[in-house]
Amino acid sequence: MTTSPETIPSPLAPAPAQPRGAASLRGGGGLLRYLVVRFLLIFPTIFVLVTVVFFLMRATGDPITAAQGGRLAPAELARRIHAAGYDRPLIVQYLDFLGGILHGDFGTTYSDHQPVTTVLVTYGTATLELAFYALIVAFIVGIPLGMLAAWIRDRWGDALLRVLAIVFYATPIFFSGLLMKLVFSIRLGWLPVDGRADTGTELELQLLPHPTGIYLIDAFRTGDPAAVGDVLRHAVLPGVALGLLTAGVFLRLVRTNVIGTLNTEYVTAARSRGVSEYRLVTKHAYRPALIPIITVIGLQIAMLLGGAVLTETTFEWNGLGYQLNHYLEARDFVAVQGIVALLAVIVAVVNFIVDVIAAFIDPRVRY
Amino acid sequence: MTTVTLKRRGAWLDRMPIAKQVRQSVGVQRFMLVTGIVITAVFVLVAIFAPLLAPYGFAQLRDANGIFPRQAAPSAAHPWGTTVAGYDVLSRTLWASQTALLAIIVAVVLSLILGVLLGLLSGYFGGPLDRVLVVVCDAIYAFPTLLLAIIVSIMISHGQSGLWNGVFAAGISITVVYIPQYFRVVRAEVVRIKAEAYVESAKVLGTSNARIIFRHVLRNSVRTLPLIITLNGTDAFETLAGLGFLGLGIEPTSAAEWGYDLQKAVADVTSGIWWTALYPGLAIVLLALGISLMGESLNDLADPRLRRRGAASEVTEAEAEEVAS
Repeated sequence: MTTSPETIPSPLAPAPAQPRGAASLRGGGGLLRYLVVRFLLIFPTIFVLVTVVFFLMRATGDPITAAQGGRLAPAELARRIHAAGYDRPLIVQYLDFLGGILHGDFGTTYSDHQPVTTVLVTYGTATLELAFYALIVAFIVGIPLGMLAAWIRDRWGDALLRVLAIVFYATPIFFSGLLMKLVFSIRLGWLPVDGRADTGTELELQLLPHPTGIYLIDAFRTGDPAAVGDVLRHAVLPGVALGLLTAGVFLRLVRTNVIGTLNTEYVTAARSRGVSEYRLVTKHAYRPALIPIITVIGLQIAMLLGGAVLTETTFEWNGLGYQLNHYLEARDFVAVQGIVALLAVIVAVVNFIVDVIAAFIDPRVRY
Repeated sequence: MTTVTLKRRGAWLDRMPIAKQVRQSVGVQRFMLVTGIVITAVFVLVAIFAPLLAPYGFAQLRDANGIFPRQAAPSAAHPWGTTVAGYDVLSRTLWASQTALLAIIVAVVLSLILGVLLGLLSGYFGGPLDRVLVVVCDAIYAFPTLLLAIIVSIMISHGQSGLWNGVFAAGISITVVYIPQYFRVVRAEVVRIKAEAYVESAKVLGTSNARIIFRHVLRNSVRTLPLIITLNGTDAFETLAGLGFLGLGIEPTSAAEWGYDLQKAVADVTSGIWWTALYPGLAIVLLALGISLMGESLNDLADPRLRRRGAASEVTEAEAEEVAS
C-alpha cells in the first residue's frame, strides 16, 4: 500500500520519474515533441497492463469455474463456460478481450448483466469525490508539516514528524478507519458511521434534475444547507482516512526536497543577502520542491484507487471500490476482471495528464 | 527477517553494512535506525517463538475450562479479549507475525531475484530486449498493488485459501509490482558501471560476460537496494492484510492473519467493541513502522544530501551525483 517513497525525484537532478521510453526516443527536444511521445506511450502502457491483468486472471482457469466450481453440476458448469466462450483457446479469448477494449468494451458483469463501463459511469463519481477530499486532506496536512520538518531537520521535532509520516502511510486504511469510527462515531457520536449521506438527503439529491453524482455539488444545487452539512459530515472520516495515507508520502517528499533545495547555491545566496530562514523555507526552497509532488501525484492516483477499495469498504461509501468488493462477495470474477482492467486504463491516462502538467510547469521535464 | 537478509548480503558485500551504518549515524538518525532495527528484531523473535509465547493456538476455541466466551472483554484468561468467533485475540495477534514474516520472505526473495536479474541483463546487454523491458516495467510500476493482488488471489485460491495459497497470492502480486522497482534501480546502476574502467579491463582480459555480470557489476550495483527491500517487505504483509480484510485472505483455521481478524472486527466496532480491532491493527502499524524506520534511515545515510547539514564535502558529493546521473 505504501507507494514507493524512494522515487523522490530530486530537484538537483533532471526529474527521473519520466518515462524512459520518452528519454530514449528524444531527439530535438521541445514541448510538442515530448507531448507527442508521451501521448503515444499511453498505448503500450495500457496494452501491457491489460495483458498482465488478463493473463494473471486466466493463467490457471476461467472465472466461472473459479466462482462456481464445486457448486454446480459438471454438465451445467460446462454449459455456462461454453456459453461465455471460456472453452476457446486462451489466445483467441485474449484477442477477443483486446478487441473489446479497443471498442471501449470491458465486458459485462456476470451477476447482474451490466456493462463494466456502466458500473464505472454510475459509481465512478463517488470514488472521484472521495479522492478529491483525500487530496485536500493530504495537501493541508502533508505540505506544511513537510516544510516544518525540513526547517527543523535533524532535531527531535523532525524525527517525530518523520515517524508521524511513516505512521500515516504505513497504517492500513481499514485500521485507521475503524479506529476513527470507534472514537468519533461510536464513542463521541460526532460523525456518521458510514455511507455518503443520510437517507433523507440521498432522496433529496435523487430528486434533482440531472444529478451529477458528486454529492457535494448536488447538495449545493438543492440550496439546502442541511443537505450540504450532511454530505460534508459523511465525508470527513473517509476523506481523512484516505488522505492521511497520501499526507504521509507528501510530508516525506516535501521534507526531502526542501532540504535538497536549501542546499543549493541560490538559497545560500539568498541567505547571505539576509533573507530570513522562514522565508527561505516557505518561498525560495518550497516552490521548486513542489514540482516533484506533481509528478508523484500521478503515482498517488494509483495508491488512491487501491486505497479507495479499502476505504469504501470500511465506510460503505458506494463507489467503484465498494462495487468491486460487492462483486467479489458475489463471486462475479468476470466483473472484477473488467473493473480492474478499466482501472488500469484510468491509471495510464491520469499518469499521462500528470506528466503533461509537470512538463508545462517545469521545463527540465521536457529535456 | 529483513535484518537477517541484509546482514547476510552484507557478509559478502561490505562486511555488515547495518553495523557500519549504525556506527556512521549520529544523534536522531542513529535513534531512528536503532529503533527500527529493534522493532523489526522483536517481531522476528515473536514470530519464531510464537508457539511458546502465545497462551493458546491460533484456531483454538476451547481449553480444559470449556469453550471460550465470544467477544469477551480483556480478562485474566484472555488478556486481550476474544473475537466474535471465540478466538483469543492475544494468541492470534502473536501467531499472525509468523504469517506476516512468511509473506515478507516470499515476496522479497521472489522480487529481489527476478528484479535484480532482469535489471542486470537488461542494463548490461541493452538492445531491443532492454527497450521492451523498460516499457513493460514503466507500465506496471504505477499499478495499484492491491488490485493485482485481488486478481492473483482469485486465480490461485479461488477467493478463500489456506496458509500457502494466501501467502503466495500476496507474494506473487507484490513481486509483479516490485520487479520494476528493482529493475529500474539496478538497470540504471549497471548502465553506469558498464562504462567504468574496471569492467572495460575485465573485458579486455577476456573475462566471460557471466563472470563480469556476477562478479563485477552485481556487487557494485546492489548498494541502493536496502530501501526498496524494506518497502517491498512492508507492502507484502500489508497487501496480505488488505486481501484478508476484503475476505480473500487465509482461513482462520489455517493460520492467523491480522487482516482477516480486522475484517471480523468491523461489526464489533459498531457495537463499541474495541479490543478485536485494536491489537491486530497496532501489530500491523508497529511492524510497518519498524521496517520503514530502518529503510528510511539506511536511505538517508546513503544519500549525501540528507546525511549531514552544511558539511563541506556535501556539495561536491551532490554535484558528483548529479553529473553521474
